[in-house]
Amino acid sequence: MAETAAPETKKNLSLRTSPAALLRAAFESGSVRGTVELSEITFLTMVGLRVGRDTEAGQRVASVTGGLPATCGTVSGAGDTSVLWLGPEEFLVVAPLEAHESLGGDLIQALREALADGEGQVVDLSANRTTFELTGPRSRAVLEKGCSLDLHPREFKAGTALSTEIGNIPVVLWKTGDESYRIFPRASFAEFLGRWLLDAMREYASPEVP
Amino acid sequence: MLLISCPNCGSRDETEFHYGGQAHVAYPENPNELNDREWAEFLFYRDNTKGAFAERWLHSTGCRQWFNMLRDTVTYEIQAIYPMGAPRPDAAGRTTPDTGTASTAADSTTTGSAAPSTSATSISSTTAPEGATK
Ligand SMILES: [Zn+2]
Repeated sequence: MAETAAPETKKNLSLRTSPAALLRAAFESGSVRGTVELSEITFLTMVGLRVGRDTEAGQRVASVTGGLPATCGTVSGAGDTSVLWLGPEEFLVVAPLEAHESLGGDLIQALREALADGEGQVVDLSANRTTFELTGPRSRAVLEKGCSLDLHPREFKAGTALSTEIGNIPVVLWKTGDESYRIFPRASFAEFLGRWLLDAMREYASPEVP
Repeated sequence: MLLISCPNCGSRDETEFHYGGQAHVAYPENPNELNDREWAEFLFYRDNTKGAFAERWLHSTGCRQWFNMLRDTVTYEIQAIYPMGAPRPDAAGRTTPDTGTASTAADSTTTGSAAPSTSATSISSTTAPEGATK
């Protein structure tokens, strides 16, 4: 567990290295413009939440996040803060970089105060996972090479997030638009999954074989 | 590949799940009163049923919740999925042509008998390896 709370001495945040930083050039050259593109979104604020939706503490927490999702796949939230359903009493809050307390944000503190002494947990998981963004008309075809979910838009609609496996790596897969996905692998799997996705994307750089 | 219907998440690939062994193995009411053999039987001895078998599963890469499943160990047919702590839903439309070991085990949850029920019955039932599969 990385200690991400701001210490007394001021941190130089520009020295931070994201889990897939070494693949930045490869993502750039491996992306096929207008077909399928891959990039890393670095250092999003993520908070692990464990609380029952129906408890008083759950309702207090929900008022901070803009609701807690009720069923598998649903995403709730308000503004730029989203809450992904991970389990019946487990959620992942995803917010922009600036929401983190090391940059002066107050999201995590607000969640802690909302939970108070209620039954549950608020844990800063920002260093646990990184974020990949996969976009373009072929992105679904790329994911289908290593994901057993039914990704057809009839089943998997924009605004849905599911925990599953891609290329045998446990991830949370969030469909943010008709042709855009966010993938949350744990930091230690980021390089493998990044290279796996690049490999899966490679065929779309060549002309289609009729 | 099995498609397993998680009570929280719906139908998912078997690779997202972990097997948790036989269900309804009740913790002994008075563990201190067991002798070594009875304790070993509680810890390690399980039925090896040919036919409908009640077992625990964990949706490990999904919602991370446990549930029970009634599965035919020969045909792999999933006959029922039910919550942890619920009694085994026998006769989910069918009566199982089973040796009866699994249903004895199921009784142990409700009666809470101190001695594990697996010992004597499992040995007799597993010595019939005709067509047995792994
Ligand atoms: Zn599940």
